[in-house]
Amino acid sequence: MCRIGAIKSKHYIHPCKALQLMQSQQKGHDNSGFAMVMQDLGGLFAGYKDLPTLSMACTDEGLKIAEDILHEAGFRRVLQWVPETYPSDDLDIIAMPNYVFETFSYPRSYNKASTREKEELLLDMRLKMRRALEPDEQGFVYSFWPDVATLKEIGDPRDIGTFFNLWQEDGKFTAKVITAQCRQNTNYDIVRYAAHPFFLQGYTALANGENTFYQKNKEIQARLHRGYIGFESDSQCFLYSLHYVHRQLGWPLPYFKHVITPLPFDDLQKRPDAQQLLAIRQSLANLEINGPNTIIGVLPDNTLFTCCDAKKLRPVVVGRTDDTVAISSEVCGLNEILPERDWSTDLYPHEREIVMITDQLEVVQWKQ
Amino acid sequence: METVKIHDTTPNDLPWKIVYDASRCTLCGSCVAACSFRAIEAKVERRRTVFSTGDQPDPRTGFSAVPVIKQVNSLQNYCRGCGICEKVCPNDAIRPVRNPDTRHPIVTRCTAGDAIKRGGRKNLTGSLRTLDQLRVGRISQMTDPSLDAQRHSFDMLAPFGRILPAGELPLQLNEQGQLFSTGQAPPVNWIYPVIIGDMSIGALSWRMWEGIAMAVAYLNEECGLPVRMSSGEGGVPVRLLKSRFLKYLILQIASGHFGWNRIVKAMPHMQEDPAGVLIKIGQGAKPGDGGLLQAQKVADHIMAIRGVPKTDLLSPPNHQGLYSIEESVQKMFLSFNAAFKFRVPVAIKVAASATSVSVFNNLVRDPYNIVGGFFLDGIDGGTAAAHEVSLDHTGHPVVSKLRDCYLAAVQQGRQGQIPLWCGGGLGKTGDLAADAFKMICLGANGVFTGKLILQMAGCVGNDQGRCNACNTGLCPAGITTQNPALVHRLDPERVAENIVNYFLAMDQEFKKLMAPIGNSSLPVGRADALVAVHKPVADRLHIQYVC
Repeated sequence: MCRIGAIKSKHYIHPCKALQLMQSQQKGHDNSGFAMVMQDLGGLFAGYKDLPTLSMACTDEGLKIAEDILHEAGFRRVLQWVPETYPSDDLDIIAMPNYVFETFSYPRSYNKASTREKEELLLDMRLKMRRALEPDEQGFVYSFWPDVATLKEIGDPRDIGTFFNLWQEDGKFTAKVITAQCRQNTNYDIVRYAAHPFFLQGYTALANGENTFYQKNKEIQARLHRGYIGFESDSQCFLYSLHYVHRQLGWPLPYFKHVITPLPFDDLQKRPDAQQLLAIRQSLANLEINGPNTIIGVLPDNTLFTCCDAKKLRPVVVGRTDDTVAISSEVCGLNEILPERDWSTDLYPHEREIVMITDQLEVVQWKQ
Repeated sequence: METVKIHDTTPNDLPWKIVYDASRCTLCGSCVAACSFRAIEAKVERRRTVFSTGDQPDPRTGFSAVPVIKQVNSLQNYCRGCGICEKVCPNDAIRPVRNPDTRHPIVTRCTAGDAIKRGGRKNLTGSLRTLDQLRVGRISQMTDPSLDAQRHSFDMLAPFGRILPAGELPLQLNEQGQLFSTGQAPPVNWIYPVIIGDMSIGALSWRMWEGIAMAVAYLNEECGLPVRMSSGEGGVPVRLLKSRFLKYLILQIASGHFGWNRIVKAMPHMQEDPAGVLIKIGQGAKPGDGGLLQAQKVADHIMAIRGVPKTDLLSPPNHQGLYSIEESVQKMFLSFNAAFKFRVPVAIKVAASATSVSVFNNLVRDPYNIVGGFFLDGIDGGTAAAHEVSLDHTGHPVVSKLRDCYLAAVQQGRQGQIPLWCGGGLGKTGDLAADAFKMICLGANGVFTGKLILQMAGCVGNDQGRCNACNTGLCPAGITTQNPALVHRLDPERVAENIVNYFLAMDQEFKKLMAPIGNSSLPVGRADALVAVHKPVADRLHIQYVC
């Protein structure tokens, strides 16, 4: 089964926690990849929270192309970290030659630019690099955003961990929010861009399931925003809907739930806000999802949340201690990384709920 | 021996022949009395008989006058093959048989010097229907479990009304982070995805119309299915206009504006808003032609509702005051929206045509957000009266045109803003759920159906030339006639019961189609759920070809 997980902590945590969370849920032969997005970075990147970090896997040529694009636009590199890798013939991994995490300063012309302007620039740069690297698969640009690092690779998650030495905890590569997924999608080609979590302008989403309204979602999203591209996986649609509702329309998170799994007409009519909810349902009918799904998402302020499809056809559980909250497809993941927690306070959200974890680690359970 | 008169009409020239077995006939007269076309009559034949009266065989020959039932050899009163004689015969003595050698299309034109008119649908049997070459082929299994049609809940409603893009909704956030309305958005009614379509109270008998209206009320109030019916062009009884049941009715206006005088006068007395207004520009069965209610069907109540004398009522082929799409938006849409104070959605119905996409695109750009639906009617649609040449040879199939319109909207990122409804021969095989579902997957929000409703009520006509006499006022089933004796054949309560039961069955069948593809709300535009078994169809509709 596709499995997803997320950890949010008051302290910086190492990706080995995410690997442990995911590895315990592994079953059978579904070992096709490992991908994670780290937000609110510590370690090497702790001092550069306001500057964008480029996360990419590429060839030498690809690295040059990407850096040239950024230099030409006026970005200057302030930090480069190339994780040490440990290749071995025994490892099941289809590795790229280079894995690069580079932090840049903004072009001088953006010194007085607003946050919004900078965010649009970062997206434009990522899209430009992605397009430039696509021929011959010279590289994959996963994210270019402040305080965010992304790693995606194809292979056995255990071996990917060994290759990057991620099983070994250290203080260099840490974050307070890590979302991770351990199986490449099975319905489409196995390509790096198709691996969740997906990231766009501070928003992260990953999902376990199948979005049977993929075509409907895709056809409308492709025209909604220049950043809604790729569609290598039906789960990307969740990210784009989240981004559209929360950032483009400026509606709070509860409305994301109303958009993707609207209340049935009968229930809706009984509500005091029926008029608004009906308007949302009909105007965003093409963003509705169907099919079994659990979604985990992260907002730009590092709020972590999870919700499910309207029939609750996929599992998810939220567990917590005083300083850490974890979300996992299966409870064995929580048992692995939070064995000391009080399991009686675990939350199993139902089909109409969103469980949000605020930056203060407050767990908010909200019913649609 | 008689001289051969080659120009006399004989049963050989007619589309149907009466097969009569004198030995089974009890001469009860039921068939002659029941034939609304007067296509059979009682006659006397001179018969030669051989008989013997003595104790020993002593055959003799004699002649006697025998009463029999004979087919009328007339181009006016010809047999339509409706089969009512067979239905009423207690002894299986009589029935119509299709005459493959008919000369009727030629003889009629030669004799009358006038175009042939009839009702029904296109009668040319062509290749396999497009919809029958599509299958719901993407079945949820393993990773995405299918739903359970019996146990899961489904949300099967479709919008009627202009839908704004989310960014244009009059909504604002308050300090608690809740959206509140800051203005009026265009009205949208969420209704059952099958509208009972566009049959006027003139075209239908009052009992038939009443039966449909009863069925709609029952479906809404007892079955929880918000089914709507369109009035057709021809007005609405004033009592219904002033009743609470008006909310289930879509008022249609066409180029003749028939009945609108009474509707406008009833407006101040309306307790409820109608479900919508439908501006009929064209009809799939006879594109480019207006309504055609012949004088023989203009009964007293029709004259009262429409405010007209007993005469042929011909709607002009087009709306005389309109010469462009933009003008139609400004004049008709705006005035009808304003008439009901922008509370009632206003949609348009056009015949599918090579130009449909242009019209649709233009309406999608309507800057006033007052175009609340685009109804596309295909060539296989039915009608009560039209020229046969129009029925059989003009028009455009609805399947690819609906898909074109949907994809045109997708291309602009405006799908769903003007709901697409389609009709025209859907359910022709008797299975409306399958046809409707496939059209929805191709991009329709819902469908409308007319002819099938008549068939539910007991219409004996079909698309192979059987009956098709809706225009004559002689409907043998009492459905499309205003002749009191014929109308009384129809039991409106049975009509209502049949329609209700069909909708309940169809509702279950919708679920049986939605469950396997794992959808609990209508899969509008989910063409990925369909596959085609014919490559050109697959290519044309942009769906997967399978073999």
